[in-house]
Amino acid sequence: MDILRFATAGSVDDGKSTLIGRLLYDSKAIFEDQLEAVERTSRDRGTEYTDLSLLTDGLRAEREQGITIDVAYRYFATPRRKFIIADTPGHIQYTRNMVTGASTADLAIVLIDARKGVLEQSRRHAFLTTLLRVPHLVLAVNKMDLVDYSSERFEEIREEFTSFAAKLNAPDLTFIPISALHGDNVVSRSENMPWYNGSSLLHHLENVHIASDRNLVDVRFPVQYVIRPQKATSPELHDYRGYAGQIAGGVLKPGDEVMHLPSGLTTRIAAIDTFNGSVQEAFAPMSVTLRLEDEIDISRGDMICRPNNRPETAQELEAMVCWMSDTARLAPRSKLVIKHTTRTARALVRDLHYRLDVNTLHRDEAAPSLGLNEIGRVSLRVTQPLFVDDYARNRLTGGFILIDEATNGTVGAGMIVEAR
Amino acid sequence: MLQRDYTTSQLDVLEAEAIHIMREVAAEFERPVLLFSGGKDSIVMLRVAEKAFWPAPIPFPLMHVDTGHNFPEVIEYRDHRVAELGVRLVVASVQDSIDSGRVVEETGRRASRNRLQTTTLLDAIEEHEFDAVFGGARRDEEKARAKERVFSFRDDFGQWDPKNQRPELWNLYNARIRKGEHIRVFPLSNWTELDIWDYIRREKIEIPSIYFSHTRKVFDRDGMLLADCEFVQRREDEPLREAVVRYRTVGDMTCTGAVASRAGTIEEIIAEIAATRITERGATRADDRASEAAMEDRKKEGYF
Repeated sequence: MDILRFATAGSVDDGKSTLIGRLLYDSKAIFEDQLEAVERTSRDRGTEYTDLSLLTDGLRAEREQGITIDVAYRYFATPRRKFIIADTPGHIQYTRNMVTGASTADLAIVLIDARKGVLEQSRRHAFLTTLLRVPHLVLAVNKMDLVDYSSERFEEIREEFTSFAAKLNAPDLTFIPISALHGDNVVSRSENMPWYNGSSLLHHLENVHIASDRNLVDVRFPVQYVIRPQKATSPELHDYRGYAGQIAGGVLKPGDEVMHLPSGLTTRIAAIDTFNGSVQEAFAPMSVTLRLEDEIDISRGDMICRPNNRPETAQELEAMVCWMSDTARLAPRSKLVIKHTTRTARALVRDLHYRLDVNTLHRDEAAPSLGLNEIGRVSLRVTQPLFVDDYARNRLTGGFILIDEATNGTVGAGMIVEAR
Repeated sequence: MLQRDYTTSQLDVLEAEAIHIMREVAAEFERPVLLFSGGKDSIVMLRVAEKAFWPAPIPFPLMHVDTGHNFPEVIEYRDHRVAELGVRLVVASVQDSIDSGRVVEETGRRASRNRLQTTTLLDAIEEHEFDAVFGGARRDEEKARAKERVFSFRDDFGQWDPKNQRPELWNLYNARIRKGEHIRVFPLSNWTELDIWDYIRREKIEIPSIYFSHTRKVFDRDGMLLADCEFVQRREDEPLREAVVRYRTVGDMTCTGAVASRAGTIEEIIAEIAATRITERGATRADDRASEAAMEDRKKEGYF
């Protein structure tokens, strides 16, 4: 059984909570005591139906205001897969939360109300999904029951969205007509829409192929921690020196020739160690420990790759940045801390090329700065070289976070573009 | 060449993620500590720590917040595991906090030291200057926990501010704090109860005997089966009876209920959990029943 991480964006109005509630309920991931608590609260508040959004809105403030503020993580499993849902709020003032939820997602579900069609909000959600390079996008056209399960209406929405998505460089795109309220095409195929020949939503989630979404081509091993059991009682461990980390790309095998960055020195992999013994092969997302044939001075923040396939060593970065601070703004001359893979450095904002309107995709080149939830293209100079790839090629070696030195808050998420 | 399938099982993905988190902490913090209660989640967390730094020893101590109201089987297990791994154990005692006047013991028949633990925990973090504190909490346990970050920032009062959490993207964790502040770290955030048991089975990890079915003297209170012990005042209308039970969670004897069960092996426990329709906290924890936001309120104060 593998794991599929998916993000959902939308508000209660789109039926997002109803959809999640139904997936959890029908897969038996909602328990009786949870359901009773929700029923009790719904009754106390005078709501006529059982408000399943109460299951996902975990904070007191969210329940009081009846809105989703933060990303909530939900879990369910079917015999085929374990699922992690990053349930994110849909309103524009929570763009940073959606970006956060999408950063680790294999798939995103964007909900569209069949009566309203493709709205500004749907376009924004789809754009953010593609900006964060979520490999699979599902357009769930919801409330089909309210448009008489009309295939014409579904086709209209599909065409409108497809022409918009062409501008986005959207990945794998799937359209599913559903009614979350009545369960049509959610878990099983609906009898109300015989014209629809595709999968139900759950069937799609269970079967969408994600193993090849990981980068298995470019070997990238950011060194996280050096393991030296100096005090070990067993003398054979006295000279043990292992480089621990989580593989960010490629397939590693003992005997492979590898290059260390920043030194540029080459050596071979002597062994790939785990607690359960040495392995003959390792790939993303495994956490392993490498031993190398030659002694090279290697420390945290360094990168191990292949001599003929290296990331770019860069101190000048071009990136799309989503700004997440509600107090400070990002502007030329801003100084920040940057964390990229296992390396932390300082960064200076050299230029803000444009601010992107996430609804219209219009580029405002006159924008002087970025505020909360705004996205723009920036140039950064970094105090020490980073080993980077295009975010489009590898999300783990192409993504970074920005930290405010004064408050220590995480204030920005960056995606590298135009790395050589 | 044949196309190889690079699918990774859910336990391998979760373990790799937890190992990554632990190594980040060991690399970025001065004085981490791992909270170890002897419960199944902290047992799994400890095994992951063992794996993350192998063949080197675990590079941080363990800490047990000891209410004094423990199940003896669990303390026995704790001491045995600590000796086996050769790690240092810090015991932070709620009784000491009571004796020194830092907290006042609750009275009455529902008295529990559950809430008092927060002060003991925060005092110990301050005394030992711990800057990162590993906890075994999972997001599937409770709705306030579903919103918590893997690296969860605590101010110099140890408080959690759920409305002002640091965004957490990709596998990049922000470890920056000022002196006196700390980060609670939850490496098992994405595990479910069933994942924990599947992992215990796969790794053949030893667990305290109270998780398995046994005969015990219990009484009924609030729909829970509480164990007969010196720490709980039992009323006359709460008669003792012998029952075949096991524990689904391990906490304080005063507020942890047993469940009727004949599951005597890990396989039987997994079958039981897979079929149950009640959450583990709903079934066994009096401390979470206080109100809809009981956990959120305690967490804001600095609870686990």
